[in-house]
Amino acid sequence: MRTKRIKAIKFGLLSPTEIRKMSAGKVITADTYGEDGFPIEMGLVNQQLGVIDPGLRCKTCGGRMGECPGHFGHIELAAPVIHVGYAKLVYRILTATCRECGRVLLSEGEKRRYLEEIKQQRDKHADVNGVVKQVFKEAAKNEVCMYCGEYFSIDAEGLDDELNEKSSVGSELRERIEDRGFTVSKNALFRREIDPECLFCWSRVPDDDAEQMRLLEFLMRDFELTWVKDARISKKDDKTLVIARGKRAVEFSLSPKRDRVTLNLEDGSSYEFPVKKQGTELFVHNFRWVITDKERVYILKRVLDKLSIYCGVRQKQIKYEKPTTYKEIDDDGKERRLMPTDVRERLERIPDEDVELFGMDPKNARPEWMVLTVLPVPPVTARPSITLESGQRSEDDLTHKLVDIIRINQRFMENRDAGAPQLIIEDLWELLQYHVNTYFDNEIPGIPPARHRSGRPLKTMAQRLKGKEGRFRGSLSGKRVNFSARTVISPDPDIEIDEVGVPEEIAKELTITVNVTERNLELMRETVRRGSKNHPGANYVRRADGRKVKVTESNHETLAEELDIGWKVERHLVDGDIVLFNRQPSLHRLSIMAHYVRVMPGKTFRLNPAVCPPYNADYDGDEMNLHVLQTEEARAEAKILMEVQRNIISPRFGRPIVGGIHDYITGLFLLTMGDRKFNKEEALDILRDIDIDALGEPAGVMSDGSPYWTGKQIFSVILPPGLNLQFRGKVCERCEERGLRCEKEKCPREAYVLIRDGKLISGVIDEMAIGSFKGMIIDRIFRVRGGEAAKRFIKNASRLATNYILRAGFSFGISDEDIPREGKEQISELIEEAEQKVERLIMAYEAGELEALPGRTLEETLELLIMQELGRARDEAGEIAGKYLGIENSGVLMAKSGARGSILNLTQMAACVGQQSVRGERIMRGYQDRTLPHFKHGDRSADARGFVRSSFKDGLSPAEYFFHAIGGREALVDTAVRTSQSGYFQRRLINALQDLEVKYDGTVRETQDTVVQFTYGEDGVDPSKSVGGKSVDIDEILREEIGAST
Amino acid sequence: MDAGERDIVRALEKMGIEREMAELVAEDFNVSELKAGRDELLALGIEEHYADDILKILGIEESEVKFSDIELRVNMSSLPDKIKEELKSKLRVVRRKLSREKLDSIVDRAEREYEKARVEPREAVGIVAAQSIGEPGTQMTLRTFHYAGVGAIYITLGLPRIIEIVDARKKPSTPAMKVRLTGEYASNRHKAEMLAMGIEETHIRDVAKVESSTEDMCIRVYLNERELSRRGIEEGEVIDKIKSLDMPIQEEDGKLKIYTRNNSYHELLRLEERVANMLVHGIEGIRRAIVRKSQDGEYMVYTEGSALKKISRIEGVDFSRTTTNNIAEIADVLGIEAARNAIIDEMLNTLEEQGLDVDARHVTLIADAMTVDGEVKQIGRHGLAGEKASVLSRAAFEVTVDNLLEAAIHGETDELKGVTENVIVGQPIRLGTGAVELVAKNYSELR
Repeated sequence: MRTKRIKAIKFGLLSPTEIRKMSAGKVITADTYGEDGFPIEMGLVNQQLGVIDPGLRCKTCGGRMGECPGHFGHIELAAPVIHVGYAKLVYRILTATCRECGRVLLSEGEKRRYLEEIKQQRDKHADVNGVVKQVFKEAAKNEVCMYCGEYFSIDAEGLDDELNEKSSVGSELRERIEDRGFTVSKNALFRREIDPECLFCWSRVPDDDAEQMRLLEFLMRDFELTWVKDARISKKDDKTLVIARGKRAVEFSLSPKRDRVTLNLEDGSSYEFPVKKQGTELFVHNFRWVITDKERVYILKRVLDKLSIYCGVRQKQIKYEKPTTYKEIDDDGKERRLMPTDVRERLERIPDEDVELFGMDPKNARPEWMVLTVLPVPPVTARPSITLESGQRSEDDLTHKLVDIIRINQRFMENRDAGAPQLIIEDLWELLQYHVNTYFDNEIPGIPPARHRSGRPLKTMAQRLKGKEGRFRGSLSGKRVNFSARTVISPDPDIEIDEVGVPEEIAKELTITVNVTERNLELMRETVRRGSKNHPGANYVRRADGRKVKVTESNHETLAEELDIGWKVERHLVDGDIVLFNRQPSLHRLSIMAHYVRVMPGKTFRLNPAVCPPYNADYDGDEMNLHVLQTEEARAEAKILMEVQRNIISPRFGRPIVGGIHDYITGLFLLTMGDRKFNKEEALDILRDIDIDALGEPAGVMSDGSPYWTGKQIFSVILPPGLNLQFRGKVCERCEERGLRCEKEKCPREAYVLIRDGKLISGVIDEMAIGSFKGMIIDRIFRVRGGEAAKRFIKNASRLATNYILRAGFSFGISDEDIPREGKEQISELIEEAEQKVERLIMAYEAGELEALPGRTLEETLELLIMQELGRARDEAGEIAGKYLGIENSGVLMAKSGARGSILNLTQMAACVGQQSVRGERIMRGYQDRTLPHFKHGDRSADARGFVRSSFKDGLSPAEYFFHAIGGREALVDTAVRTSQSGYFQRRLINALQDLEVKYDGTVRETQDTVVQFTYGEDGVDPSKSVGGKSVDIDEILREEIGAST
Repeated sequence: MDAGERDIVRALEKMGIEREMAELVAEDFNVSELKAGRDELLALGIEEHYADDILKILGIEESEVKFSDIELRVNMSSLPDKIKEELKSKLRVVRRKLSREKLDSIVDRAEREYEKARVEPREAVGIVAAQSIGEPGTQMTLRTFHYAGVGAIYITLGLPRIIEIVDARKKPSTPAMKVRLTGEYASNRHKAEMLAMGIEETHIRDVAKVESSTEDMCIRVYLNERELSRRGIEEGEVIDKIKSLDMPIQEEDGKLKIYTRNNSYHELLRLEERVANMLVHGIEGIRRAIVRKSQDGEYMVYTEGSALKKISRIEGVDFSRTTTNNIAEIADVLGIEAARNAIIDEMLNTLEEQGLDVDARHVTLIADAMTVDGEVKQIGRHGLAGEKASVLSRAAFEVTVDNLLEAAIHGETDELKGVTENVIVGQPIRLGTGAVELVAKNYSELR
């Protein structure tokens, strides 16, 4: 299916006209529902704005609940108010423009320069704020306007002639005047170019909103007739237009010759305008900037005085008080408040070309639109009310806020019409402003948040959008989904690594829609016949006409019979269905992989332990999520990209991330260690779960004459034939680095793993061979044989390991940490010695004999030496313990093979827990000069500063226990802080880099096609296809081509 | 010279090769490789006729593939430089086993493997890189300080350090330099220590006691002779410095009195502070400098505090090998490419120190993204994420409301090219499989 795409989204401010235009109806009543329980007309939830009650129909689109998306309404504000979000910007604009003429206080040249800069930034898709900031800064500096002047009358006689003279003064003057956008006509009358905007069309009563507004605005602006704001326009006869409100009226009349229009004002004065004819329509143009004689004289005088022609109105200082108050400081220092009407008037005067200097697009955002005269009312569907159990309606926070606004608006109007005192009007205005402010943002610093009756602050516009739970992050970037399940996970080594065990209960709930065709008709019939209660059944059936029918106990038989080609069946999840499996936190792409379903009894998801590492899962109560794919495309994509076996190699470091853990490693370690011999029966028993044809030649015969096979041979059975590999295992002690010779195949620790033609020749299998993150064998099989082979190998290896470990038996208990008496004595002697050494150090320090290390204070030096000494003591104790435990000890075995735990863990259990620390230092805090009251003041000895000499097995003394808890607490706090820090870190990284992609030319680019890298990673190699970061394994090629080992 | 080398030398001497020459040969070759031939010997700088002599003595025949053949064949391949170098050096070692055909087949195979390992177009490498760095973040330690060497210099490591790098801070929380030295400075401990002493910042308060006396309204400075001599500073230097204040000064037996101009307590206290903090010696910002021997046996200086520009002018400093962990400073002094490399180095080193394996390619991508515009930009609100072209993406990241208000004013257009934007409007993203358009033909059309 070819889908339509949204190509772009444009942002802008809503103009009052546009708000009215998109409004489905005016809202004037603050009430919601009437006594009859139906929405009140012209009310806040009126049915023109959409419906949220079942059964009702929308009065605008006729849709029912769910069909009608909702429609905006509007509130006509009795007085303009500032939009809080733009209050700061409004202030900046006010300071940057002339208080009189509205032009930006910059010379034409500067303007041109800034406009050019802004354009350049725009072309680069770069931020324009830097330039705009500069504009505001520079413009605000100018105290005098260079565009409009105070007019003072002087004798103008003779000046006209001078201007027309071809003198140098005359031409310079002319040039400069023309620069300002004026024209010099023949008889030296200057006038601004006529604003081409049409005022109104005479052929009909101005009926569209824009034209009407233009006319009224013209009257308000140019003739200061503020009362016409809500005036009615009507036609008296075909030659006269009447604009009236109440008892006041003005008239426009067309001359008999139909070539000019006369405006008759109340005071008897009249003005004439020429009329322009276009087709059959007559247009009256808006003549704004007619330069008066006085002005002309003024300009001339200035030029003749050899002064700048720029000069004029002194700019008064404007003060801004948060959140939405502006004040102008008069010459006498008195502050006069600028009401939103004043502000709006000033903003209106700014010409479009100057608006662009603020980085604004005058078509989409005129400055005066930041002062609201009309308020859009969001559709009811965006603020649904909820019905409480008591049947009472509880309205949305936005509705509450709108109620407040309408109430105040109403009161304001009433008071004003009644001619209330200015003080009261201003108070109400302020209140209206407050409500509109909090309607947009209820967390404005400095003003109290609007509260619900219960005292809870209301969640208004801004609060709805922002934050994690806000619209953007909470409802648009992430959504709740259907067809998903979540439950606890538990291990199942008998299922494949790319499978997931799904409880039947869940399988019956989650469905996949299947189109019924001639080929699956019978199968689907059978499925439907089984109903929704029996497992491989179906929950819904969709008929050919699109009607959806639930499969119930009473209708499944009949539905099955009726079922036909073209129907759709929503059948249960069955074995082999592909699903997505996920564990949070989803830190990398391997946190969501595709698995195949295995429906099972029980209530948990079953997961092969080998896939725990990519999910970072364990079975101590972890829960995971499962998502059922609903389209064929999604399933195909999941199969090709997300299957577990395709993601065995981590893109982070180019090595396997799926692999054996815990017992898998121990099992194979034990199996392949040394030359364990197995007779045929034993060998076959260990290999019983593995699909093999032959065991191969026995390694020899036992003393009783029966043939035997070695553990290495048994392991070799699961290796693909032809596999060649050599590497050093985890047990390798890096002899070469210590200047010793590597014994290779003859390594006494069996650290040199050599595989030739699929046979394990030497070495023991440990973490390095099959473990996750390392897994050399898995790595090689994946590269040479592919994901399926690697998957098969992991499965076989895990079965082999479990079978062997089952046979051999393996346990680890408290008695495994036992150390013979002599060992204990040695350890305690060692520690005592160390403690004495510490004492000596302290004595030396106190005697002032200690030499400070360079760049260290004496005290720091002492601490450092003590820490070193005690650390060494613990390590040595561990070595002794290790010696007495022996390699056969389960713990040592696990630590050495890399299955679980470390030598340090064993040391702490068996020998000595060691020094506890807070922030890398010995424990210092507590009482004055001491950590606990059990010690003397100023005691610096090992045990007084958190050295735990006991082992976990022996048990800790009360003081030791306490110190251990201190150290443990730090670890806990650390983890808690780290998760939140790294979470945010990751979010930022993802956000910054998510749009980068490799293009077809091999470059890495972002959305604006800026090249970030010319070749990805400098060599164009995908790390997940590399060998631990290297694109070509040269050693391997050489070995295979010429048998050289380098 | 180890035992093996000595054996070779002895063997060669026995065969009549001069000792000096034998040692030269033994240094780079083991016995089996010595069988290689002429080119290898020439590469050692042995003169041609000597080489021929040696070969004659050893009875070695020239092999089919020459050094130049390897060089030529490998250079002709499409492999990346690093692989070429590795391949060349490894081929040289096994040259005697090669034939021309074998050489061809080896290089061809390497090329094939390289081609196989290449990224596919439309791969969302940015996300993979971000995940690869972010995912191990949970495994990193928090608030670790570490010493440079055994010395006393603390350096922030682990997650805080990574965040610091990515934040493009003007100054790291623990600035530090590794100053490499030239010539004698690198081999002579004493000279290195003198240099270290010379760059360590020394304020008057470090070498003298500074007191204010309200009694006679002056500042008294008592010089500490021991400290002065320890740091190798002349008394005169300090006095000159104080004189540069241009204040009335009185000197009397090891004590200096500085008088204020207008006898105000306020001025007295300010002056005291000013005098105490005057730099007499060293480089401002370098709080400590410690000499250590590096792994290659040279002496070098570790510093606490960083001043790359100033250190470059110090004699004995090998500026080309000197580094700092202050990335902003590197960008400032050495330029953006150096800063980019510094980001990569610092990140990789921090990750490695934590024992985390992350492919360098991911790190390079992050470093490149941070530096594309020619200045080091932060990953976050005030950098990359905040300057994205998409309104919706910015709004979804942080400061939602302000971004929307701004967008309206500027009349911005969101062209829905990125990931978040498309997720928000509910359409497939333009990456990976989402970027490819394939329309299946209708079943009927096929027939």
